[in-house]
Amino acid sequence: MQESLGYYGLILQGLWVTVQLTVAGCLLAALVAFAIGLGGVSRAWPVRLACRFYTLFFRGTSSLVQLFWAFYVLPQMGVELSPMLVGIAVLGLNVGSYAAEVVRAAILAVPREQSEAAVAINLTRWQRMRYVILPQALPLMLPSFGNNVVELMKMTAIVSLITINELTAQAQAIRSATGDTLMPYLAILILYYLLSLVLTAPVKWLEKRGSTSPR
Amino acid sequence: MTWDWQFVWSFMPTLLEGAWLTVLATVVGTVIALLLGAVLAVAGYSRYRLVRGAIAFVVQFLRGTPLLVQLYVIFFVLPDIGIVLPAFLAGVIGLGVHYSAYLAEVYRAGIDSVDRGQWDASTAINLSRRQVWLHVILPQAIPKMVPPLGNYSIGMLKESALLSTISVFELVARAQAIGNETYRFTEPLTLVGLSFLTLTIIFTLLLRLAERKAEGLR
Repeated sequence: MQESLGYYGLILQGLWVTVQLTVAGCLLAALVAFAIGLGGVSRAWPVRLACRFYTLFFRGTSSLVQLFWAFYVLPQMGVELSPMLVGIAVLGLNVGSYAAEVVRAAILAVPREQSEAAVAINLTRWQRMRYVILPQALPLMLPSFGNNVVELMKMTAIVSLITINELTAQAQAIRSATGDTLMPYLAILILYYLLSLVLTAPVKWLEKRGSTSPR
Repeated sequence: MTWDWQFVWSFMPTLLEGAWLTVLATVVGTVIALLLGAVLAVAGYSRYRLVRGAIAFVVQFLRGTPLLVQLYVIFFVLPDIGIVLPAFLAGVIGLGVHYSAYLAEVYRAGIDSVDRGQWDASTAINLSRRQVWLHVILPQAIPKMVPPLGNYSIGMLKESALLSTISVFELVARAQAIGNETYRFTEPLTLVGLSFLTLTIIFTLLLRLAERKAEGLR
């Protein structure tokens, strides 16, 4: 117990990597979510079909398999990426596919009349989306986005399996160095829990604000 | 990089065995989660604030921390206090406990979605508590619960891949073993991906069937 206390520096380093992975992953996931989500309501059926396949593929297979595939198979096809980049890409592409469904569903949930009214006052397609549909769809997306963000944060644990030294990997390292099991795992569990609380706080705040704003 | 079909046929049997273990882990994990989730949901309705608070904390903690770390705790920490579980059992307990937190919420949402007036009406026509639950509340609540319950079961299917890290020989672990032996990862990992895709599609079709059956309860 005592000796592993000296290892807290490792855990802090791991925490920093986990935070980096979460932030970068979320940015990519947001990009994917809106690209694929908007593509899912496109007028052109090939675009819709492509977006459907994207979600089917990323939601239908396990994130761990996607991670290993990107890590072991891509280099054999001549694509060499750093483990960190592979991790961020898989996290973002995977969670993005779930968030894309959220975006699509929220856009479809805005009543049809809104769209028709926007056409009637001569807004372009872009203006209709930007000023009429999305402002009403965004508050609908927020609660689910909050869940997506926490899911992504938890998913960062699996990149420890492709040699990235984030929280879980550091706990494993401490376990093999000291033989102590309880302290490292308890420490990272608490940190993950605190991270999840921090991540859900802004969404809860925005939700409150979004629901009271007079739209 | 070339695709070698001969190689594919040589490892297909072992991969299929792995797929069987993946399905088994999903089914057992789902059963554990269904039962434990119900316990958590019922305890969440306790009239003692302390119990309600404790349950809320447990649910949030389980949902806020990674399944992978929870599996490590079961597999590496529990033996230190004298609880040694075989890998498969440790894995399905991990899956079941993790997802029970999600299922508890599903149960609660389903039950809370039944209008309060239904309770009042049942009291008014003198139904017993048992009758209220069996004939009024649950038939209305269950059809609403089935789709999310099924989705979490499919989630378990995909996350069961993590059991490979605690030496359960399911799909991913088999692909890794084949890769380590032959230095070829392309074929086994691609086929494992396709296996997961096939399994999720089958599970989704079964879920649609269950949803239709549940609708008939009303």
